[in-house]
Order: sequence, then C-alpha cells, then structure tokens
Amino acid sequence: MSKHISSLMPAVLAKSPNMCVHIMPLIGRISLRIRQEIDKFDDALGIELPRQIGARSSKDDIEALCLGPDEWTLLMPIEKLSTVQNTLAGLYASLPHSMTEVTGREITFAIEGEQAETLLSIGCPRDIRTIKIGQARRTLFDGATVVIWCDAHNKYRMDVWNSFAPFVAQTLETGVGELAAELTQS
Amino acid sequence: MLLIPCPYCAETLPEVEFAYAGEAHVVRPSDPSLMSDEEWENYLFIRTNAKGTHFERWRHIHGCGRFFNVVRDTVSDKIYMAYKAGEPKPKIDALLEKQR
Repeated sequence: MSKHISSLMPAVLAKSPNMCVHIMPLIGRISLRIRQEIDKFDDALGIELPRQIGARSSKDDIEALCLGPDEWTLLMPIEKLSTVQNTLAGLYASLPHSMTEVTGREITFAIEGEQAETLLSIGCPRDIRTIKIGQARRTLFDGATVVIWCDAHNKYRMDVWNSFAPFVAQTLETGVGELAAELTQS
Repeated sequence: MLLIPCPYCAETLPEVEFAYAGEAHVVRPSDPSLMSDEEWENYLFIRTNAKGTHFERWRHIHGCGRFFNVVRDTVSDKIYMAYKAGEPKPKIDALLEKQR
C-alpha cells in the first residue's frame, strides 16, 4: 500500500509488541545560518547554540541542533515561532544571517522500543550507536537525507522532508513488521 | 565502500553520506577571456588522472554539507588524510613518511 503525504497525520504508524513508530505532532522549525559572531545570537535567543556538529542544547521550550559549521536547526512550539522570528529580524541589520521558517518542510517520526536501534540500522549506513544520547546527526535513511535525534537509549526521533516521508514511512512499516516476524519465529 | 574522515564533523563515515567532487586544487583563472583555447581546454577538461596519491574534493552532502579535500591512493584506495577546503595542499613526501 502506498502512502500519501496527506495520510501522514500524528498517529501510530507501525506497532509491534516491543516497538512503536508514530508520527509526532506539528512543531515549529527554523533553519538558521550564521557565519560570525554567534555569541551575540546566543544572547539574543537566550539559548546557547551548540558549536560542535551533532551537539544539541535546549532552554525553556526551544531546542537547538548544530548541523554544520554555520548551520543550526531550532525546534519550538508553533506559538513561539513569531517571537523568535521577530528577535532574529531585529538582529538582521547589524548581524547578517539567514533565517528560514521550515515548519512545513518536514515531519518527525518517533521511534521507540527495544528494537529501535535495529530498525534504524536497516536503512542507515552509519553506526547508530555513534549518535550518543542527547545528540543528533544528519545522515541517510534508505536513500533519503534525514536528521536522527537520540533522546534516550532506544528512543529516537527522525526528521524527514515531506517529499521523502511517504517512502520512508513505508520502509519503517516494513521494518517493524519484519523485526516482529523474526521475534515470533525464534 | 570507502570510509571517509570528514574534517568538519571530526568523524569517519561511510562513503554514501558523501558526494565526489573531482580533483582538488584546480584554480579557476581570474580572467578566462585572456586565455588561449588550449589553456582554457586545459583548465576545463584536463586532469592529472593520477595512479597513486590523488588530491580530490568530497562533499559531506548527507551530513554537514561542507566541501573538503582528501588525499587518497587511487591504487589501494587508502585515504591518507582529509583537510578543510581552502587549506594548503599538504606535501606528499612528508605525508607518506608519516604513514610508514
């Protein structure tokens, strides 16, 4: 069965006795590119932007992830988007940067349960365990660029661009089914 | 599959996260209209095609998104080092000596 973007609403996508993949509710996302004077952005946003690629920080209800030497993703509740956007707009004249609201660009799958690591390993070429708890990485999953967040042992989030989401959702569904079948056999 | 060290992420990662981007240290002429056809052809198409140590560009496209340079042996596929874009070309002899 093929999936459509419109069918990917917050709900359980696939479930087995020891694993659950669900689609997370809408969250505000901002893509931020800064080349210099990052400290001043820390002060203005009230959150210390992580400097190391893959590192995360969070304060109040904003979460920041460093994706590249000059690239960050900020996650926040939708209501907070305008506040952050206004703060950054105020800085623009003196501190050139690029801020884009990308809330509608991607959806997030939450992957939780004993076999979460195994499920990710079916599509990701990287050793999943190199993504430590409290970190995140941009990498590949079954050919699509995704961001994998590790929140706790066997508790992951995966951000996927909308255009890849139906395809990735199917891979995850198949994976959950196959891993569950392996368990019943053994 | 190659395992490529990304100097920005400071991690060694599988090749599928990267895209190959041709030979490194090919400098675009500042004023192409002053060049002869032969020189222009040379810049556009002629590459060293080294058998042995080769300086090449890679892009960590499914990661930090950065271009960087790698020194790879085209015979053994051994990667000697990776360095950030814009850094000077490392000396091959010193590099090989260090590896021994």
